[in-house]
Amino acid sequence: MEPVIEIGNLSLTFQTRDSPVYALSGVDLRVDRGDFVSLIGPSGCGKTTLLRVIADLEQPTDGRIAVEGVSPEEARLRRIYGYVFQAPVLYPWRTVQRNLTMPLEIMGISRAERQERARHYLELVNLTGFERKFPWQLSGGMQQRVSIARALSFEPDLLLMDEPFGALDEITRDHLNEQLLRLWERTGKTVVFVTHSIPEAVFLSSRIVVMSPRPGRIVDVIDSGLPRDRTLDIRETPEFLEIALRVRRGLRAGHSYDD
Amino acid sequence: MTTDAAAVRAGAFREGLRQGRLVPILTVLAAIVVVWYGAAVYLNAPRLIDGYERRDQAWDTGRLISDAYSMRRPVLPAPHQIVVELDKTVLDTPVTSRRSLVYHAGVTLSSSLLGFVLGSLLGIVLAVGIIHIHTLDRSLMPWIVASQTVPILAIAPMIIVVLASIGLVGLIPKAIISTYLCFFPVAVGMVKGLRSPDPLQLDLMETYSASKAQTFWMLRWPASTPFLLASLKVAVALSLVGAIVGELPTGARAGIGARLLAGSYYGQTIQIWSALIVASLMAGCLVWLVGAAERQVLRRMGSR
Repeated sequence: MEPVIEIGNLSLTFQTRDSPVYALSGVDLRVDRGDFVSLIGPSGCGKTTLLRVIADLEQPTDGRIAVEGVSPEEARLRRIYGYVFQAPVLYPWRTVQRNLTMPLEIMGISRAERQERARHYLELVNLTGFERKFPWQLSGGMQQRVSIARALSFEPDLLLMDEPFGALDEITRDHLNEQLLRLWERTGKTVVFVTHSIPEAVFLSSRIVVMSPRPGRIVDVIDSGLPRDRTLDIRETPEFLEIALRVRRGLRAGHSYDD
Repeated sequence: MTTDAAAVRAGAFREGLRQGRLVPILTVLAAIVVVWYGAAVYLNAPRLIDGYERRDQAWDTGRLISDAYSMRRPVLPAPHQIVVELDKTVLDTPVTSRRSLVYHAGVTLSSSLLGFVLGSLLGIVLAVGIIHIHTLDRSLMPWIVASQTVPILAIAPMIIVVLASIGLVGLIPKAIISTYLCFFPVAVGMVKGLRSPDPLQLDLMETYSASKAQTFWMLRWPASTPFLLASLKVAVALSLVGAIVGELPTGARAGIGARLLAGSYYGQTIQIWSALIVASLMAGCLVWLVGAAERQVLRRMGSR
């Protein structure tokens, strides 16, 4: 398998006024093409920071990282990845359609093509008919779907998702998880997905990376043997529960209770 | 057609009554008028009584009140005297005449609008510079604040004199004083507005490798629009103040400020009050216009 992301002995230390914060320490990770990799861990374990390093939104203090064989900055300039934040981050003065096509405008894609892509990707996330609505007229789940469609609109090979469903209720989250899985299956994109929900990580991923805080590091990497065309029912199966248990053990082992 | 329009107006009036906006406004207006008529008698009485006594004239309260409301140079004119003066100088005089208040209002309005446009542009340019260039933020911002601590009444004559010495007279110096007042709220509001996008909104632009110009036009500028429009409302009222102040020290022959000054030379209080009323109506209209533009723009930008 061809690696999309290769990370070796990566560390990141934030210099704060009183003491340095070791956000990441000695992280080794390899993400292959077509992988769905979840980064899971308690808050403060550096999973979001790691994702931001891949996206060139943070600079590592030490170690190696290559995205599609080049530096994260080069990868960002080549617009290799689409990033989905915890919040939808829709611009309130743009309609749903114009939010979706904003990256296309930036990339200088023609108006006709933009409209075609908007139609296609809104249909993909089941939001046909909402083109002219403003973000505040949509529910939280719909807004997040718009932000996913926006990340897909310029057809990047790599999707970086930072707890995209964290603020949603359980039912909406289950539904969107299933949709995301279908999307991944169909498009064969590589996904790096940050979460702190064990069922979500196990349900979605082909690989689960368990992280622990202070300093942020990887404590376990689990290759999931679950089939790609899984449905929500798979959460009742012994295989699923076994992986979930291993994730839980990893989290417990990495977690220090002295704080 | 006209009856339709009248019906619509009557409907709007009833709607206004229902929403309870008109009643409070009219109540306050009525209260002001009552107090005003009382104050006019109280303030004008001493001089009238003096006159009666000098001429050994008999007088009673009724005579005093009716005289207090019809003096040629009252300390405080009664509202209806101002209305009569306004009727004479606004409606009955051709607008090209020097005796027409509309003519004077037009002179003041043109320099205040020019100042408003120049000041707003200056404010925007300064704000854009300040948020993009760190040294400007450090060096310029304190001076911008300091500029407004200088009393405008003190600096206006200096500006007029300096500009006159290089041959600039008339509209431009007055507009520059308006500019001086206008740019401040716009600069401060725009600095805040252009900095209002949150870190995630900026990160999003970063993930698209957007250029600085794209980030400006697609994120910072639209995000700052509500701030700009609010600042413009303040600036447009200030621009009128600036233009009037600019007309005071120069012996300008035209403009609301010139009317105020001439009125105070000759004790023409009715003329002063009429000019004041016209000035405040003009300010009210300008603020309302900017407010209407604001509502229109914000609605188009999808605000609730």
